Parts: sequence; C-alpha cells; structure tokens
Amino acid sequence: MASRELEGLYQQVILDHSKEKHGYGLREGASGSSHQINPTCGDEVTLNVHRGADGAVDSLSWEGQGCSISTASASLLSDLVHELPADELTRRIDAFRELMQSKGAVEGDEELLGDAVALGGVSRYVTRIKCAMLPWVALEHALVQG
Amino acid sequence: MTIDVSTPTTDSTATTDSTDAAATSATTPGLSDAEVDLLRADFPILGRSVNGHPLVYLDSGATSQKPRSVIDAERRYYEESNAAVHRGAHTLAGEATELFEEARATVARFVNVADDEIVWTSNATEGINLIAYGISNASLGRGGAEAARFRIGPGDEIVTTELEHHANLVPWQELAFRTGATLKVIGVDDDGALRLDEAAALIGPQTKLVAFSHVSNVLGGVNPVAELVALAKQAGALTVLDACQSAPHLPLDLAALDVDFAVFSGHKMLAPTGVGVLYGRSELLNALPPFLTGGSMITTVGLTESSFLPAPMRFEAGTQRVSQVIALARAVEYLRGVGMHRIAAHEAELGRRLAEGLRAVPGVRVLGPGAGAERVGLASFVVEGIHSHDVGQFLDDRGIAVRVGHHCAQPIHRRFGVTATTRASSYLYTTTGDVDAAVAAVADSRDFFRVA
Ligand SMILES: Cc1ncc(COP(=O)(O)O)c(C=O)c1O
Repeated sequence: MASRELEGLYQQVILDHSKEKHGYGLREGASGSSHQINPTCGDEVTLNVHRGADGAVDSLSWEGQGCSISTASASLLSDLVHELPADELTRRIDAFRELMQSKGAVEGDEELLGDAVALGGVSRYVTRIKCAMLPWVALEHALVQG
Repeated sequence: MTIDVSTPTTDSTATTDSTDAAATSATTPGLSDAEVDLLRADFPILGRSVNGHPLVYLDSGATSQKPRSVIDAERRYYEESNAAVHRGAHTLAGEATELFEEARATVARFVNVADDEIVWTSNATEGINLIAYGISNASLGRGGAEAARFRIGPGDEIVTTELEHHANLVPWQELAFRTGATLKVIGVDDDGALRLDEAAALIGPQTKLVAFSHVSNVLGGVNPVAELVALAKQAGALTVLDACQSAPHLPLDLAALDVDFAVFSGHKMLAPTGVGVLYGRSELLNALPPFLTGGSMITTVGLTESSFLPAPMRFEAGTQRVSQVIALARAVEYLRGVGMHRIAAHEAELGRRLAEGLRAVPGVRVLGPGAGAERVGLASFVVEGIHSHDVGQFLDDRGIAVRVGHHCAQPIHRRFGVTATTRASSYLYTTTGDVDAAVAAVADSRDFFRVA
C-alpha cells in the first residue's frame, strides 16, 4: 500500500521512538537550554543539556510537540548523548546535518549517529528535513549557552 | 455547460450574464461528474502524476490550480501587448492600459461594486495592511479633515475574531500597538460558530473597526456577515471582510453584504500569484490616506510635499502588476462561465461528503460545523495518535495533496486544543472520487502508523 520510500521514512525504529520518547521530560540543573520552533507547522522542542563535573555532556532532557519524525529524532538524539564532550557532539551534529542534506545519497555513519541513522530516509523528503533537524539545532544552540 | 477552451481567440466561458450574484441558490444544481471531467481537462497540472499516482489536489484553500485560458492570457499579454500602464503614449502603452482597466471592471462586476472601488494589491494580506496603514497614517494626522473619521487612539477599540487567518489578525495587533487602541476578539463556540452574544457585548461606541472573515480557512463554516455588519453599523464602526475563502467559492455580492472594505487573493481563484483585490466604498477610499507612496499615485510632486490621485490609483504606487491583473480577469470570466452558484452547490456537496466520510473513520475528529450544518468544500481534522504532518505524508505518498499544520491560524487551533490539523479543501475541479480517495487514505494511515 505504501511506497518503499515511505516505508524507508517511517522505519519501525522511528515509529517506536515517536511513541517511547527517550529523554522526554525536562530535568532541572541544565547548563544550557534551547527552545526551537518550526514556524511553518508549529512543531516545537525545548531541549536541556546536562553536564557532568568534567564538562562533558552527560545527558539531554527534552519536551515538545511534533510529528513522528521530529519526536523520534529527539528521542534518538537523547540515546546518542551519554558523556560526550561538546566538540564531539558538534562533530555528530555536523554528520547528521550532512546526512539530512544528502538526498538519500549518503549512508549514515552508525559509529557517529547510532540508531539515528534510521532517519536517513528523511533526506529524500525536502519538506521533512526541518522536522528531523529541529532537536539537533536545539542541541547546537544549547551547547553554545553552556 | 460552458467549458474553457484553450484556443487564445475563443472565450467561451464569458457567456453568462451578470446575474450570477443575484440568482437564487437554493435550487441550483451542482456539477455532474461528467461536467467536472470536462472542466478538469482545462487544467494542465491535473493531468500529472505524483509519486506514481494521478494527482489528487485537495489544497485549493491554500492556492488553486490554473486553467489553460488563464495561463494563456498572461502569456498572450507578454507576447502581444506588454507595456507600462498609465504612463507613456505609444500604442502598446494604450493597449496595455485598456486591458488593465477592463480587468478592473470585470472584477468589479464579479463582486457587484463600482470599478473605482477596486484596488489592485499583491494579495489579501497586502490589502489588509493597506487599510491598517491608511488608518495609522490618518491617526498621525495625514489626510487632513477628510481622513479624521479614520483616526484611532487610546480608548478606541478594534474588533476581530478568534478564527481569523494571521493576515486578518497580526495587522490589527500592530495597528493597535502603533496607535494605542485596544484589540478585542470575538470567540467561537464548540462548533466553531462565532459567538454573536459576545460580538454584541464587545461592539459598542468605542469600536472603530470590525474585521472578520466571510468563511474560515480552517473550519469551513460561513460566518454571519449580516449580523456582524448590523452590530458594527449600530456602533458607527467600519467593517473589513476577509473574503479569501468566499470570493473563489461562493457568489459574492459585496454591495448586498454592505461591508466597508473587503479583500481577496487572485491565486486562490484560478489566477496567478502576485495579485489581490481590495474593495473599499468609494467615499471611504477617497478619504483614506495612502499606504505605499511614489510614482503612479500622485497629481503634483514638489520637493517637500506632494498631492495624491483619487482612488483607486492613490493606492497603486509603482509599476503595476499588469499581466497578473489581466489573467485575474480571465479567471473571473472562467468562474462566471461555469457559474458561481453551481460551483458553490458542487463544493457544498463535496464538503458534506468529505466531513461525513472523515467522521466515519474511527479516531478522526473534524473541526467546525457539525453534521448537516453549512460548510464549504473544506474540512480540517485530527487523526488521534498521528500528527498531521505524518497523515499528510502518507496521503502524499498516494499523490494526494492536502495542507498540514496550523494553516496560518494558530489561535483557532489553540481554541480546539490542537497545534496542527490536516486540511482537505476542494474547488470546482474536485471530483467525488478525489474526496473518497482522501477519506480512504486517512483510514489506511491508521493501519500504517499502527494506531488502528
Ligand atoms: C481566510 C484567509 N485570509 C487571508 C489569507 C491570506 O491570503 P494571501 O496569503 O494570499 O495574502 C488566506 C490565505 O491563506 C486565507 O485563507
């Protein structure tokens, strides 16, 4: 019933994360925070960065309203971020952005992106790239803050 | 049945007389499937496929598709008559100016007003801003004694409604900020009907302007124009009608509705982008200070001050949008050729079918008028457990184009406790098959996203 591209967009792991939402629920003690809105659809995410004593990012917490792609993206991103230094995170955000802009030509690097490579199918859908990027952009902003 | 013909010299749709707006609608039949198929042949884009499926275009509320005659009218203008209008004395300039002003007359007739009461704008949004900035300029003292009637300030109120498109809300918010006036908002009931009791309580001697839409672009219901105009008149307030979702779909008689100003956009009614219409009662337009200033709108220009032409040219500064205006006139002729009452009847039937079909799908909530109540060919809905973006993506996979998100109307979404909906909207070229395909796809999306 659905095309192969659509099945590729909505892989099981994405549908699961859109319902389970890892990292959901904002926690206190954030060193940096960012609220991002997609003005065309009204989707939004607030994302907190939690750092350990050594300055590395321990974890993320987030809340938001959005489609399955933006929600799953935030959840998958939360899974990825465990005790990573900020510059390493920036490298991964860049890798994710590159994957999103690849129009399906690039296989995501699992070493860098973990299960978030499943979002690679989004890159074939120009109108949905913003959805997938939303939490990653929020992380980028929150890292600058602290 | 008259149909569009693509031969440039033939104009077979312009055969009906000007009784469109006057005829009674109750008994007008809609369009048969065969008639719609004939119309569809006039719209080249409807023949294409999307993602391997024939295109099912259900986003006409956002923008309409264009018949070949409109596309040809624009091309023909550039190939045969292109010149700057209202300046220059050569033959082409004369021809272009004539076509440009004939177009004004055609559109004026379409909504039953005088030619000089029609101002060309870029779109409805610019029309509303034109009114708001004209009032603002009057409030700053521009326009002299004649414009005094438009002045507003602290203690005065502007009234709009909770179901407006951002285009009919944000400009009034900004006008209130600039002038110190207060913005008041009429709410809606659970079916999305405007609360006339609230309107009656809100509109009073302090009210200077009441702005509201004819048809909501989210709910699809027809607002009580006569009641609101009566309340405004009693209070001595000006009225502004957002006719974006009515001018393309319903017979529109602005004189009979007795509003002071109205706006609509060409691109939603078979015409190109880049052209919109502002209607203003002649007496008001000629008293309102201009919004944009510069060439084409002046009589005498000195080094430190200038005087302005009467309406409508006072409001058409700069080089005009000629090809779009001419194509808009052709679009209006196409619509009149089919007949606005028939289009309205056709779309009322589609709207009923759409709302009923969607309501029968488990987990689907349709906003707006309840079963049996008047609705245009438009329905916004929520599928429980699936975000509108995802519903829209699933439909798009089958070549079905719908709108997702807030449709530039966040407040009314908030009123119904949602941030986004999926909206299907029809036009004269929409078939019952299009509606049925969308309803079936919505039902199937629940299996795909495993919420069934
Ligand atoms: C009810 C309503 N008002 C205003 C507008 C704004 O029209 P435009 O963007 O063409 O200026 C729209 C179109 O989206 C509309 O549906």
